[in-house]
Amino acid sequence: MSYKMTRDIIKNSLVQKIEELSGQNVFDCYQCGNCSSGCPVVDYMDIMPNQVLRLAQLGATEDILNSETIWICSACLQCSTRCPKGVEVAKVMEALRSINLRKRIGTLDPKKIEIEDLQNLPPIALVGAFRKLTG
Amino acid sequence: MKRIGVFICHCGINIKGTVDVEKITEEIADYPGVAYIENYIFMCSEPGQKLIRDVIIEHKLDGVVVAACSPTLHETTFQDALEEMNINRHQLEVANIREQCSWVHTDIEESTRKANLIIKTAIEKLKLNESLTPIFAPLTKRTLVIGGGIAGIQAALDIADGGYEVLLVERNPSIGGHMIQLSETFPTLDCSQCIMTPKMVAINKHKNIKLYANSEIESIEGFFGNFKVRIKRKPLYVDPDKCTLCDDCTAVCPVVVPSEYDEGLTWRKAIYIPFPQSIPATFTIDTENCLGFNPIACTKCQDACEPDAINYDMKPETFEEEIGAVIVATGFDLNPVENMAEYGYGKYPDVLNGLQFERILSATGPTGGEMFRPSDGKVPKEVVFIQCSGSRDPERHLPYCSRICCMYTLKHAKLYKHKVHDGQPYIFYIDIRSGGKRYEEFVQQAVSEDGIVYIRGKVSRVYREGEKMIVHGMDTLTGKKIEIEADMVVLAMGIIPSADTDKLVNILRLNTDENGFLVEAHPKLRPVESIQSGFYLAGTAQGPKDIPDAVSQASGAAAKVLALMSNDEISHSPIVAIVNEDLCSGCGICVDTCPYGARELDIIEKIATVNDVLCEGCGACISVCPASAAQQKNLTDEQIFNMIRIYTNA
Repeated sequence: MSYKMTRDIIKNSLVQKIEELSGQNVFDCYQCGNCSSGCPVVDYMDIMPNQVLRLAQLGATEDILNSETIWICSACLQCSTRCPKGVEVAKVMEALRSINLRKRIGTLDPKKIEIEDLQNLPPIALVGAFRKLTG
Repeated sequence: MKRIGVFICHCGINIKGTVDVEKITEEIADYPGVAYIENYIFMCSEPGQKLIRDVIIEHKLDGVVVAACSPTLHETTFQDALEEMNINRHQLEVANIREQCSWVHTDIEESTRKANLIIKTAIEKLKLNESLTPIFAPLTKRTLVIGGGIAGIQAALDIADGGYEVLLVERNPSIGGHMIQLSETFPTLDCSQCIMTPKMVAINKHKNIKLYANSEIESIEGFFGNFKVRIKRKPLYVDPDKCTLCDDCTAVCPVVVPSEYDEGLTWRKAIYIPFPQSIPATFTIDTENCLGFNPIACTKCQDACEPDAINYDMKPETFEEEIGAVIVATGFDLNPVENMAEYGYGKYPDVLNGLQFERILSATGPTGGEMFRPSDGKVPKEVVFIQCSGSRDPERHLPYCSRICCMYTLKHAKLYKHKVHDGQPYIFYIDIRSGGKRYEEFVQQAVSEDGIVYIRGKVSRVYREGEKMIVHGMDTLTGKKIEIEADMVVLAMGIIPSADTDKLVNILRLNTDENGFLVEAHPKLRPVESIQSGFYLAGTAQGPKDIPDAVSQASGAAAKVLALMSNDEISHSPIVAIVNEDLCSGCGICVDTCPYGARELDIIEKIATVNDVLCEGCGACISVCPASAAQQKNLTDEQIFNMIRIYTNA
């Protein structure tokens, strides 16, 4: 299926929302891939961090919001540190998570966590999950 | 017998790595004529040259063989060293044991054997070398510049400002070239016409410049420093002195043809002025389309012309001028877009090439600088630019990169966005090449701030659906197949040498590369000269380049010419043909063979003669002479046979 591009799709309201929440200009990215090459969890992602930026440039916001990548991201800020154009990729990831969380997508309900998991998970993972998944 | 010194260079490990220099030194030490032999790490270094100078005195040498790199590199270095010691520079021979031996072989034993033979041939040649002095000839201190684009104009102005006369020959009715067609220039976005027209006016007013517009080179004869050129000026059919530029003629002319200046986007009449700022400022008649050459058919413009400036009976004029040097600045054309059928050029009026889009952007263009598309005059809201259209495509189109398209396309997209704020430019690209000063910043700023979307991939096809041009492409960064319904498509066509460059090159006897661009004498160290003495290159005739590079090269060529013109005479190599009058039967075969017109027949004496200044020492006449009467100085038959004998006896 071809991806039909129009001027309305480029910089659509969701792209503008991402830019507003993250404070980043996604068009600054020139696709060098330094963010992805430095990411410690890139192997577990379905799309790479640089592709997240690229899809945002093309206005393909659905592809990003439905990706596993934004949840795999551990916000370690490697990407933001490495970016030669000063794009804070981690902030873009955070913005994407926020957009989903505000729609109540991907939130974590503490009551639904299995007691066994609660006993086995390291406390820092739980803190991280609450921090990331409760909007 | 001459006392010959042999110096073998290691060239670091370039020679020593594959040639056993110690072994050769021993082997050649006893060769007849060798008075001294030595090997050294770098003969071209100052200590290396000093070694030669010291040994010349110590061992009373009267000839030197340096076994080293190609003579094109250091022959003059060593000749100068000999001359310092009052030995004639022609008593030096260079044995090339690097390019012709060590670099091309790997077997040490075999390459050592070959280097030994190469050195011995050089010794044999040197034994019979005569001491010669350069030939001097007068210099005509006038320069011919061919091509009135930015490169030709810059070169002409620089030379004229230096105080020497220039003839500027332009094929078209006006100078200005392609630069005068451009809207704004990257990366500063200054108006092309605003920076070009002052230079055009300066050409017209300069006391040292004679402008031949509407003219072409018919022939060139002579030699470096003293050429005779025949320039054919096509008639304008309008007397520039009488023409008041009132424009009454075009109003009555019934013939309309596509305008060259507007790249076919508008029409002009058969009598026309190319553009308002034309230099020379005059109307002209296009003979191919005018009906007036049949007086029964039409004389409307002549009837309308109040100052009576129009004359259908003007004839072409031929001028013969004497010049000392030539700068070739014949420029470029865009690769013909007919070749790009897959992008619908020629079929769809809204598929344009880069120069046509320049005209639409230009304030003097067909839309007065407003952004309208050609088919229906609507404002295009989505515009697709396709870079590398027919470039970097060795299978089907041009194999090379035209260097300017990345930047001009970006400029187009940017200027489009300036005119249509809610419009969306898309640029399909394979790579973005922004190597010039401030070019990368120009790109980054456009992408970050102007909302120009770059899509990495080539477009496979363009076709029309209703009012839209459907563009099928690819974004290889995401793997998405892209489809855009565009209102207009602009093809970034590459550059090819301007039409008829091949014919001019034949007249001037210059070399071109496989793509038809003129070849420089050395790609790095002599980029503004042709290998043929007296010819210099400037601008896109030598290869694709942008305005700053074309201007730099033009000024560089002008500096070379000015250096030449500051001499009162030119010197010429004394390695020329000579005739043994006792053996010459006057058959004249040499006269027909000589490519330089240096051989003539003395009818009274019935012998062939040599014009030393014209002779380039190519040896063609010597090889065809049936009586062996023609010989080359310092490369006589005897020398050549002695050299061959080294190999046959080996």
